[in-house]
Amino acid sequence: MIKLLTGNEAVAQGAYEAGVSYAAAYPGTPSTEILENIAEYKGDIVAEWAPNEKVALECVIGASIAGARTLAAMKMVGVNVAADPLFSFAYSGVNGGMMLVSADDPGLHSSQNEQDNRYYAKFAKIAMVEPSDSQEAKDMVKAAMEISERFDTPVLFRVTTRICHSKSLVKTSERQGAVKKPYVRNVQKYDLVPATSRKLHVAVEARLKALEAFANETELNFTEWHDKKIGIIAAGVAYQYAKEVFGDKASYLKLGFTFPLPMAKIRAFAKEVGTLYVVEELEPFMEEQIKAAGIACIGKEKIPNIWELNPDIIAKALLGEARPVIDYDPSVVANRPPTLCAGCPHRGFFYELAKLKNVMSTSDIGCYSLGGAEPLNAKDTTICMGASISMGHGAQKMYDKFGEPLRAIATIGDSTFLHTGVNSLMNAVYNRSNLITCIMDNRITGMTGHQENPGSGFTLQGMPTKAVDIPALVKAIGIDHVRTVNPLDLKEVREAFAWALALEEPSVIISRWPCVLKKHSAADREEFGDYRGTCVVDEAKCIGCKACVRTGCPALRFNKDTKKVKIDAVQCTGCKVCAQVCPKKAIAKVGE
Amino acid sequence: MADVRNILLVGVGGQGTILVGKILSSGLVKAGYDVKMSEVHGMAQRGGSVSNQVRFGKKVYSPIIGKGQADILVSFETMEALRWLEYLNPQGKAVVNDYRIPSAPILMGKCDYPEGVLETIKGKASTTVINAGEIAEKLGNPKAMNIVLFGALVKSMGLTDIDWEAVIRENVKANTAETNIQAFRAGMEASI
Repeated sequence: MIKLLTGNEAVAQGAYEAGVSYAAAYPGTPSTEILENIAEYKGDIVAEWAPNEKVALECVIGASIAGARTLAAMKMVGVNVAADPLFSFAYSGVNGGMMLVSADDPGLHSSQNEQDNRYYAKFAKIAMVEPSDSQEAKDMVKAAMEISERFDTPVLFRVTTRICHSKSLVKTSERQGAVKKPYVRNVQKYDLVPATSRKLHVAVEARLKALEAFANETELNFTEWHDKKIGIIAAGVAYQYAKEVFGDKASYLKLGFTFPLPMAKIRAFAKEVGTLYVVEELEPFMEEQIKAAGIACIGKEKIPNIWELNPDIIAKALLGEARPVIDYDPSVVANRPPTLCAGCPHRGFFYELAKLKNVMSTSDIGCYSLGGAEPLNAKDTTICMGASISMGHGAQKMYDKFGEPLRAIATIGDSTFLHTGVNSLMNAVYNRSNLITCIMDNRITGMTGHQENPGSGFTLQGMPTKAVDIPALVKAIGIDHVRTVNPLDLKEVREAFAWALALEEPSVIISRWPCVLKKHSAADREEFGDYRGTCVVDEAKCIGCKACVRTGCPALRFNKDTKKVKIDAVQCTGCKVCAQVCPKKAIAKVGE
Repeated sequence: MADVRNILLVGVGGQGTILVGKILSSGLVKAGYDVKMSEVHGMAQRGGSVSNQVRFGKKVYSPIIGKGQADILVSFETMEALRWLEYLNPQGKAVVNDYRIPSAPILMGKCDYPEGVLETIKGKASTTVINAGEIAEKLGNPKAMNIVLFGALVKSMGLTDIDWEAVIRENVKANTAETNIQAFRAGMEASI
């Protein structure tokens, strides 16, 4: 069948066809839909959300050693979390074929940095493949499984946002039967004590040589001969961009297997062409290696290593060409930053947090990352998953040591807390700081589009399961002061902050209310009831003070001419946060 | 590639550009074209500016549309048309929804919604202005605004050979199919 699939859907299809039996991931843009689509193959593939990427990869390693074909998927920063098992599994090698999808985000559409994870393949000394469209994304899963098993290596399957989230045509096939190899105890391979790893390092170096020989033979790396005045080496979506710009006016060495590089093939190609360009997105990963091999080429001196690449950049950099565009003044266009949704439970909580004085607000990765923007201005830092609590602890220690009156308040979502926040909280207790940790439990993994997690009560494949009892968990860690609040009740939030700030021991405030976009489970309906409705402004009472507008709710519209606020009934969910901040009690919920 | 045509759909997260992109691309695939489509997920869903890019022809390489390359720019929100105007081929067409969604800085009174957007665009490119919100409302389903715009897009691009009504039926819930088809027809008529 021919289907129009995103790269992520194609990877899932590839996993199905290649006989993968186990897949695990933690959600992260642009990788999330890989596991969501694999989860559809119930009965054929066990698909799971893990609490974090390290756990996901370790589960996959266990399944591979048990003898099954396996796949882990994560966004590029997730690979940092999973790097520990990755580097050691690179030594032991696999039993069942294993690949790690690293979904990179050039252009930072939805990420905190722009790292180029191709370097992980070189760093960990493992094989790497890079598809350039959805067909290749599907086909290369099978290739990755075969390479993994043949060369006894994990395979880094590197994709980028434009591969993950672009659709192109894919010819699908049937599933090849899942072959489970037997598990055989082999301590010389899987028990990485120093004596074993010393020997394995030798094997890893030999494997790299064998992989390079393979790179020179495999059909994943192919040459397209056209005009030989210009030769282009490219991989991934950059290959499509180069074809878009040069068409048949250049010859191509298209690489699908990109580590180790096929240096003999590159050398032969370079000899045949006039000018050799290496067209790659982000860092000069291939260019550096090609130049180190003594082959002259042009790359990053022309093509920038920041932000997304596109055909326009290539045309301008290498051909000095640009299409005519409409000439107009774009400066009149107002920014449209993403905002917390109308009715978002984070809004009221942040509104009260921002009012506190002498506070350092450390925050984390999730929808609440949006709480730092105007008008809430409710957070000071975002570094990585789980960091809010540990950073808050470190900062608090220094404020205490140097006698400064600041208090650190950490805000972290439920899924992020369960990802890596638990260890950080343990540390705050163990090392005796009076950090205030706010777990903003909206009953789902929000930002990535509503994935279940260990606190939500369901598995990825829809099975009801135990939900982590967060208050009990933090008490077990040693937090003696725990309060759960309804974040839509501003007085309750305010009182909780006052309570926590008066304590000299670490405390946890749990803000518990479901994401406004979440499909409520039976348990949610029982706990939270049917609260939805609409608020309206009594224009006679509204004095145009804009206090409500400062909550940043997108359903509120201030009319400059009438100096009154109106509520957009389509967007309003009736959360009543605006009604609580109105000094004139001009806002009320319909029917109350 | 000269034979490739480029459709750029832009709007605000939550306006249904993704569904239109899906209907459009599945119809084009059925018609035998090579199709690539690119969209950006993630933070853009939270009320940010969104784009959906569809390219089709005999053979398509890049999944994204370059500046000055779109044959048609369909903007689901008025100001967004101006944000993306540099992507429109100066000889291309703009289909702009006369529908304003103020962004966060505007709502807070930090800046104003730009005036004269439609006039500016009309002065720069062949433009069809549609009040898709009003049309959808008249049909009794304000949410079908996106399909009204889809009708206008099909008409403006001359893609009327494809049986879009069948494609719409395959891509929307059965109980909304009839309203969506009415919205599609209304959009076709409105763009004459």
